[in-house]
Amino acid sequence: MLQDKDRIFQNLYGQDDWGLEGAKRRGIWDNTKALIERGRETLVNEMKESGLRGRGGAGFPTGVKWSFMPPEERRDGRPHYLVVNADESEPGTCKDREILRYDPHTLVEGCLVAGFAMGANAAYIYVRGEFYSEASHLQQAIDEAYEAGLIGPNACNSGWDFDVYLHRGAGAYICGEETALLESLEGKKGQPRLKPPFPAACGLYGCPTTVNNVETIAVAPTILRRGPSWFAGFGRENNTGTKIFSISGHVNNPCNVEEEMSIPLKELIEKHAGGVRGGWDNLQAVIPGGSSTPCLSKNICDNVLMDFDSLREHSTGLGTAAVIVIDKSADMVEAIARLSHFYRHESCGQCTPCREGMGWVYRVMKRMVTGDAEIEEIDMLWDVTKQIEGHTICALADGGVWPVQGLIRHFRPELERRILARKTGNAPAQAAE
Amino acid sequence: MPTVTIDGVEIEVPAGVTALQACEMAGVEIPRFCYHERLSVAGNCRMCLVEVSPGPPKPAASCALPVADGMEIKTDSEMVKKARNGVMEFLLINHPLDCPICDQGGECDLQDQAMAYGRDGSRFEEHKRAVKDKHMGPLVKTIMTRCIHCTRCVRFATEIAGVPELGLLGRGEHAEITTYLEKSLDSELSANVIDLCPVGALTSKPYAFVSRPWELSKTESIDVLDAVGASIRVDARQTEVLRILPRLHEDVNEEWLADKSRYACDALSRQRLDRPYVRKDGKLAEASWDEAFAAIADKMKGLDGSRIAAVAGDLCDAESMFALKSLMDSVGSPNMDCRQDGAKLPAGPRAAYLMNSSIAGLETADAVLLIGTNPRWEAPLVNTRLRKAWLQGGATIAAVGPQIDLTYPCENLGAGPDTLKAIADGTHPFAETLKNAERPVVIVGMGALARADGDAVLAAARALADNCNIVRDDWNGFNVLHTAAARVGGLDLGFVPGVDGRDVAGIIAGAGAGDIELVYLLGADEIDTAALGDAFVVYQGHHGDAGAHRADVILPGAAYTEKNGTYVNTEGRVQLARQAVQPPGEAREDWTIIRALSGVIGANLDYVTLGDVRAALAAANPVFEQVDQVAPASWDAFGTAGDMDAAAFESPIGNYYMTDAISRASETMAECTREFVSGNGERTGTDG
Repeated sequence: MLQDKDRIFQNLYGQDDWGLEGAKRRGIWDNTKALIERGRETLVNEMKESGLRGRGGAGFPTGVKWSFMPPEERRDGRPHYLVVNADESEPGTCKDREILRYDPHTLVEGCLVAGFAMGANAAYIYVRGEFYSEASHLQQAIDEAYEAGLIGPNACNSGWDFDVYLHRGAGAYICGEETALLESLEGKKGQPRLKPPFPAACGLYGCPTTVNNVETIAVAPTILRRGPSWFAGFGRENNTGTKIFSISGHVNNPCNVEEEMSIPLKELIEKHAGGVRGGWDNLQAVIPGGSSTPCLSKNICDNVLMDFDSLREHSTGLGTAAVIVIDKSADMVEAIARLSHFYRHESCGQCTPCREGMGWVYRVMKRMVTGDAEIEEIDMLWDVTKQIEGHTICALADGGVWPVQGLIRHFRPELERRILARKTGNAPAQAAE
Repeated sequence: MPTVTIDGVEIEVPAGVTALQACEMAGVEIPRFCYHERLSVAGNCRMCLVEVSPGPPKPAASCALPVADGMEIKTDSEMVKKARNGVMEFLLINHPLDCPICDQGGECDLQDQAMAYGRDGSRFEEHKRAVKDKHMGPLVKTIMTRCIHCTRCVRFATEIAGVPELGLLGRGEHAEITTYLEKSLDSELSANVIDLCPVGALTSKPYAFVSRPWELSKTESIDVLDAVGASIRVDARQTEVLRILPRLHEDVNEEWLADKSRYACDALSRQRLDRPYVRKDGKLAEASWDEAFAAIADKMKGLDGSRIAAVAGDLCDAESMFALKSLMDSVGSPNMDCRQDGAKLPAGPRAAYLMNSSIAGLETADAVLLIGTNPRWEAPLVNTRLRKAWLQGGATIAAVGPQIDLTYPCENLGAGPDTLKAIADGTHPFAETLKNAERPVVIVGMGALARADGDAVLAAARALADNCNIVRDDWNGFNVLHTAAARVGGLDLGFVPGVDGRDVAGIIAGAGAGDIELVYLLGADEIDTAALGDAFVVYQGHHGDAGAHRADVILPGAAYTEKNGTYVNTEGRVQLARQAVQPPGEAREDWTIIRALSGVIGANLDYVTLGDVRAALAAANPVFEQVDQVAPASWDAFGTAGDMDAAAFESPIGNYYMTDAISRASETMAECTREFVSGNGERTGTDG
């Protein structure tokens, strides 16, 4: 279990002052100048050594991502931008929200350090539209930092000019996809762009841009301050560091908690969330990484470790580490059908498979809930999800069909049971909509 | 040059091409819906997926994937087959499959590709989506349930037409293509979205439910409703032209066609002159050809050549003008003019009346000065080239003349000759812009030349061209933009006043004063026919327009779709229009009418076949031999300097949709006029 001294987010529960004074007391903004004086290359290398993988869901190594930005000698006159993705809209995920409202200075400081490491003089933070008070806290933190000379011209007396802008979204899940976010930031309709070109070559306003998750940026200063080996000391190889886990659903004490990577799922739930409602044996399934990751059945949950590689072995993913716990009282099929509804609603409508397929999947899923289907349709549904997955511009479609694939993978007997029950007139009572 | 392997075959391709283009070069077909050569890449239909290695283990959209050296592309693997099959299935689940009542049937990309790449049946058991139709004006019919959201129309409107009025509203399966404000697509190029639409969502409103593509005979021809001379295909069933579509010609119209050229064709079966008429007791009465010719011969008998005159209109083919010129020569008349709008253009040198930079050359321009012209209405396809010069090359564009929305930024420097003179003198700062440009262009329109002081304006434009270094060893940016398809041909063959001859103003004045006793109007409707006094007027043409109303004898001719004719476009490109249908009734090809008349009046022209006329034409001016070629014209002296009237230049076109006898007779063009030009005012019971 992670010790208190190793927690990066010391005010995750908002017990302390979230303003500048409190932040400084917790060690944020402590000699940030010295970090910058290490130079771009050192910072990027240290991030690589720390093994930090992006906390937004895809888990791409952060240091490597930063190194894609053109180095000083290859700059062509275009400005560089850091864009922070605070459009946290994935059902189940609520970690960035806590950072924004209780520890916003970790993010502002992170922007400066990360921005410097990629040669950017400006950061844009794209905050989910519904996060009103979060955006307001963040803006106050930005204002405080400006006033204290921590950002702005000659930020922290480092000689580096740095501006931070806050932009509020308008409530579209797709705008959390990095290129759709850039489109939205530019004032256009939030639709993902084709890649290549990647943002590091041609991003915001056609300039080199790196888009990072809030948590990724917020942890960077502490990693650099305490050293990459400190951070790399947590978790398994290739899955290092600490991570905020959001545990929700049928647990006794839903919470956000910063923990060591690779912690066993069972330990995480029992230690921090007060265990599954009605005991571990009452567990039906867990969605381990936010709504778009496929669910796990109980027998896997017994032993699985919470990190990228372990979950991948079980055909799911760490995602945003938003653990959704589902006990046996829940209608598993309807739960997944509800997720299908969400993804159908949030598809941007650009790519054919996602635009047309999501509605199809949702409608079949709706029938699966009541068993109003044929057995063969389970295979057809699987086939349709495979026809959607990997055939679109962005990963929304993948995330939209994975829950259904997870359901079929682990709960096929339940689907078949409902279909047969309906055929034989023994339809089970349904939970009300 | 990178080397790529496509389906096991190695091929070297130019750097920077996409996987889709590389496949095309290798002769491998890639299905697509959203991709279009002339539009930006959207990559959203996902039909062009291919397997690429090295790369992630999923198919990639070939339209948006730049090739890299050593790339291996597979288009026939199991992965690709499955991907295409899947995308096709998705496209069809919400498509109504109402092909039997769809106007796109038989020429539908979705149909064709479903046959080639789709599955045999659908597994979709749910309800299909229905989408409300949208109003896009009198030309574009929408059945939006059929839409597959390829966004070609959106990209065309935004990028090519320059009217960002179309877009994709909504999200996911509720996404709909619409005009944002539910209003007509206000562009002279709007109907091109119909050609671009790969399905039957956007179809032709006037052509709705008229015919099936396989019922039509298709004739490749040339458009004559403006001076661009766009390549067209005339689709006809029996004697009726049902529609006109653009044909590919990279140097002229690319693959676009302006709305008037496309939709005025309904007039080809309306208000036609299908038999000769002779005026008896003040009224036009039906007559035979013999009677009509006899009436003319009667009038001409003993009439001195100087009392006879001829005016050629805007739609005349070179053959008929040449025949008429020969006829006028043989009766000793020097009074003829093909510039019925009074444009002060000389019959030579050629550089004085051509678009010397060529139409395609406009794309490379980096500084453009428009003088007395509204290219958006006078030649929409020239305007798209200028827009491209601005959009892709960042050209600086300025105008002397009317202030108009040209779909690209255009600084209005002034209204009339004073500004023109200042630029020519070098006292206006734009002179420097032109001088410093690599490809400077000046476009002089009929609004500047068709005025009493047109000579002086032409001379001033010439002076401007010389002073601002518009004409260089490898570049001639001096351009005249014509509005009439017949004009350059008429000037090339010398249909202008001979020695002591009268020009069009002189002919009208002479007729009014009684000095001219016989006026031969060859399709000339845009002159003041009321001012012809008591002159005996022969009108040869195809529509009952102004000229026919004033005529004493009407000789029914053929419209451009009914004859083999030569036209020369504004850049001096000689092009051949081909006969698609027979002229109606007793109407005849125009040169044969003049040939026949020459026999009756005893001035036999010495050609019998079209080949003879063309040979004589080529002998008169070798330009006519060079079909579909543009030869640089030498920069010889022209223009007579003089005083210019300070009056502002006005565009000669007040209504794009009605500029000639054909478009004035078109119901569709009348509808467009109501919609786009005269405003959307309430229509009364007596209106149309």
